[in-house]
Amino acid sequence: MRARDKKYSQLVAMAAVIKASLKGIIRSPSTVVFSLVFPLIFILVFGFISGGSFTLTIAVNPASLDSNNMVYQIVSKSPGVKIVSYTNLDKLNKDLTTGKVDAWMKIGTSKGRQKFDIKLITSTASPEEGRIIRSLVDGIADKASLASANVNEPAFDVSQDEVKGRKYRKIDFILPGQLGFSLLSTGVFATAFVFFNLRQTLVLKRYFATPIKRIYIILGESIARLIFNTIGSLIIILIGYYAFDFTLLHGAITVINLLILSALALIVFMGFGFVISGIAKQDSTIPPLANIITLPQFLLAGTFFPISNFPSWLQPISNVLPLTYLNSAMRKVAFDGANLIDVAPQIGVLLLWGVLVYGLSIKTFRWE
Amino acid sequence: MKFAGMAMEDIIVVEDLVKKYGDFTAVNGISFTVKAGEIFGLLGPNGAGKTSTLEIIETLRTKTSGKVWVQGFDIDRQAIEIKKRIGVQLQSSGYYPNLNLVELIKLFNGLYNENVDPMELLQKVDLVDKAKNKVKQLSGGQKQRFSIATTLINKPDIIFLDEPTTGLDPQARRNLWELINQIRSTGTTIVITTHYMDEAEYLCDRVAIIEQGKIIALASPTQLIENLIATGFERPKQLQLASLEDVFLNLTGYELRDK
Repeated sequence: MRARDKKYSQLVAMAAVIKASLKGIIRSPSTVVFSLVFPLIFILVFGFISGGSFTLTIAVNPASLDSNNMVYQIVSKSPGVKIVSYTNLDKLNKDLTTGKVDAWMKIGTSKGRQKFDIKLITSTASPEEGRIIRSLVDGIADKASLASANVNEPAFDVSQDEVKGRKYRKIDFILPGQLGFSLLSTGVFATAFVFFNLRQTLVLKRYFATPIKRIYIILGESIARLIFNTIGSLIIILIGYYAFDFTLLHGAITVINLLILSALALIVFMGFGFVISGIAKQDSTIPPLANIITLPQFLLAGTFFPISNFPSWLQPISNVLPLTYLNSAMRKVAFDGANLIDVAPQIGVLLLWGVLVYGLSIKTFRWE
Repeated sequence: MKFAGMAMEDIIVVEDLVKKYGDFTAVNGISFTVKAGEIFGLLGPNGAGKTSTLEIIETLRTKTSGKVWVQGFDIDRQAIEIKKRIGVQLQSSGYYPNLNLVELIKLFNGLYNENVDPMELLQKVDLVDKAKNKVKQLSGGQKQRFSIATTLINKPDIIFLDEPTTGLDPQARRNLWELINQIRSTGTTIVITTHYMDEAEYLCDRVAIIEQGKIIALASPTQLIENLIATGFERPKQLQLASLEDVFLNLTGYELRDK
């Protein structure tokens, strides 16, 4: 029985398109670079900028401070305090005004060594550190005063317990952001170029002479890209987890939820790509159009910095962008252990954008 | 489903075909039939309307008006049945990037729901040693041979070739002519467009000459030449016993230089 005498299967045809498309994607170096290498590099760089824990740097000058002084001893041994000794007062002053040291501590005596005057000189260059140093020294000096007045049981006693918490590291903020952004740029750029090129190089035209229906061509290409990028997302998440301690609160379930979010978002972002491939008349108009869609989100969707850091007039713009909601949903899922129902509002916004964009792409998509 | 009055041997029937692009009429009321098993040529200068005509029959372009039947199937209502049964070689077509010839054949296998053995197919067109190469690494003649191979995957009853030897050197052209003849000998009908007269003369059983969207002559090449001579036409130059192409082939050989 010849193939033409059997019922034609669109799914078999679509499967062939998926296979061919996947091979093409994997063999294209630019796709691999943009989907995997760039995000990982960004995660590496931004995840580890500003390492180093919080330190209070206090300058002292031997001429104005006796290192045997009890208060000084306790302050200098306090955790997080770093003491720097200066003999050159001009340099000391300069470092104070530029924030290289947070404060200058002098301890003088009066009333024949019965009373100690502790003087702190802080700078507007490090106002928070100055405040912290002040309270640290205040506390130590008050305790010392009480002790020397023989008050052995002060009326107010302070004790401290520490609970085990999840440290929210930079990687926990950065990885979802970079992952989200790589999905956006792949979805937009790759889809736009693929269809543009298939149309230009008349590959599509040859497909039309076969019995495959047009919708199955699009589905085939899209499914291939979805498969590739979901695997890519998995790789990024696993590298983040094993190499950089990225928090996956509920382990495998979290990973699955993240992958579902990735796939959903990618589908929405591909819609933008379809619109562009329909509008662009030439190869060269695709990058500017794609950049209009991706760059603002790169900067404003909470990819690198929390939106709360932005001035208030920018925030409404951030709160409209689809990437913002993807990033926020992924962070909630990974770090807070939220499940998909918990992030339903974010998913809702993404889906709304999807409806908008696919509606538009149906109108603008061209087959030749 | 057959059109009443259509001869069993008419595998393609075109009736009053019209195609307009905006105000421009590319195809202006063309009618012809193609008989099963023949090689039928559409000749004419560029812009005459032959590619539009071909693409309409190939189901790649919509027509403005007229009727087309391929193997009895009405193109307006049964285009998919037609697509299953024809092979199409486009004038300039790209292939899926980054795939080699075997992978492309497998892709077309899926698109046609077929299961052709890639190496067997490549052997038919003498491209077995290029199986793992990509299309862009092939020479012009090899690309055309591969194109023709892709038209054979669904074992079509008709194949359409759009200017298959344009841009090829003399050896490659002749080689392709032999391939086309081989395909015809298996019973496949072939419709070919060309603006090479020697090609039309060599290959075609019948030829339609198209000019400005209309057929101005339709007959076998021999008949057309006899008709012309009957009008008193005489070739201005004395007939040479050989041509420059004969010289070229004689000196450089008939073998393919397919590097």
